[in-house]
Amino acid sequence: MKFPAELKYTRTHEWVKMETETDALVGISDFAQDQLGDLVFVNLPVVGDTVTAGETLCDVESVKAVSDVISPVSGTVAAVNEDLLDAPEKLNEDPYGAWIARIEKVSATEELLDAAAYEAVTHEEA
Amino acid sequence: MGSYVPNSPEVQREMLDAIGVRSIRDLYANVPKKMFVRELDLPHEMSELEVRAAVTELAEKNRVFKTCLRGAGSYRHYIPAVVKSITSREELVTAYTPYQAEISQGILQSIFEYQTMLCELTGMDVSNASVYDGATAAAESITMCLERKRTRAYVSATVNPQVIAVMRTYCFGSGTSLTVLPAKDGRTDKAALKAALGDDAACFYLQQPNYFGLLEDAAELGGLVHAAGAKFVMGVNPIACALMKTPAECGADVAVGEGQPLGLDTAFGGPYLGFMTATHDMMRHLPGRIVGQTRDVDGKTGYVLTLTAREQHIRREKASSNICSNEALCAFTAGLYLSAMGADGLRRAAELSMSKAHYLAGELKRAGLPLLYRGEYFHEFVTACDARTAAAIEKALEKAGILGGLPVEGGILWCATEVVTRTELDQAVEIVKEVLGK
Repeated sequence: MKFPAELKYTRTHEWVKMETETDALVGISDFAQDQLGDLVFVNLPVVGDTVTAGETLCDVESVKAVSDVISPVSGTVAAVNEDLLDAPEKLNEDPYGAWIARIEKVSATEELLDAAAYEAVTHEEA
Repeated sequence: MGSYVPNSPEVQREMLDAIGVRSIRDLYANVPKKMFVRELDLPHEMSELEVRAAVTELAEKNRVFKTCLRGAGSYRHYIPAVVKSITSREELVTAYTPYQAEISQGILQSIFEYQTMLCELTGMDVSNASVYDGATAAAESITMCLERKRTRAYVSATVNPQVIAVMRTYCFGSGTSLTVLPAKDGRTDKAALKAALGDDAACFYLQQPNYFGLLEDAAELGGLVHAAGAKFVMGVNPIACALMKTPAECGADVAVGEGQPLGLDTAFGGPYLGFMTATHDMMRHLPGRIVGQTRDVDGKTGYVLTLTAREQHIRREKASSNICSNEALCAFTAGLYLSAMGADGLRRAAELSMSKAHYLAGELKRAGLPLLYRGEYFHEFVTACDARTAAAIEKALEKAGILGGLPVEGGILWCATEVVTRTELDQAVEIVKEVLGK
């Protein structure tokens, strides 16, 4: 299981990649995709929506469950990864490449975990 | 009902012994005494003979007209004998959607075939297993289109008022704003539609043919709706689908309707059948059940419930609808009707209905009842007259065993289908002439 050091994480298993000071890519972690099993559908957020850290960003559906993806940061949805509509399995194959949304005007990043801290969380849950 | 298992006193005794209680009453030991009903105010029991006599007497209060020239949402079409012969088979007579669905491969296959035929009829990509009736399907279609920032629904004033009433109930419950857009000369006012749709518009619902029988310019209206970024929903008459442009060809995102014309008796209003079909993009928003075809481990064709995660199984709080069932026997009947009629038969029934309606309209015009609206129509149309004349015509026709057109604002809404004969139409027109004093 991978926990790339350049990313930040949440206790609810999302990852954040700060591209600039204010823009971030968001996705779900390797641990999350492993727990969910084969993903079959991603209900993407809407571009322009304001999102709040700790609240629902969107949801993903696997053969086992429909799960909320919690927004790791606050901000505005600038783009969504539409490739996932036709190929939700990318979330399984390449969880850190398959971003879900790009968030701009990012704030509320104080609670994010670094890779080591997040890995510890997954050990607690596993 | 050969497989019916009676619950005899012996069987009850055995079950009570097995769980270790003396009587059925003991099962209610925890219910406070005062909660028990002492005696129900019911008449004494009757023999089967007496019950039959009583129910027959009751049923005879219903007036079934030999000739019916009224539609307005419910249509009398010919139902081939094979339809009832098959639907009355004991193995198939169940109003219920299958629970433990996959064990009931036969009923799942029948639903799958129903869905397939509805997709062929509407041209849409996917169909659900049906809902309660056309009005429910219409109201559910609005819910399908709601998005976080698009919460306003629009419906044309040319839609059946009963359908709009059910939409209102649904929208009240979900906090959705529903606006009825005005009609112009019996059809949707395009300018009003264009002006109304903002960036918070979720959808526009159009009925085709509309409540007054007229054909709307569906493709153009759909274009206006899509230009505003909203979804285009069409409520269609399934028999008319055999002749007119399909909802798919008009650009509909969702196509729904009342399935009663497909082999179901008018039967005083029910049970009916709501069909719901959608584009591939809207598939995951379809409420209720969807049956899919697949292969089992041995490679044999099998049927499963599919794409119903939200409503029933995994995450119910994400559901946008609480429909978990379908109108099983009615959907099965519609599937059988379509099979029995075939594509050519259905087209023929549609053509006959349309030409008889046009014949009737021509004769009524000669009798002194001109059309209220101009424009193409299918098997319904409105003739112009005042309310008093409309009532007098209805009454005179009723005396002759004819259910006349429905009095509506500005005149009478007539309907003719393939089951009425020219003799019946001529007889009705003669009576109209008499009422008008011609």
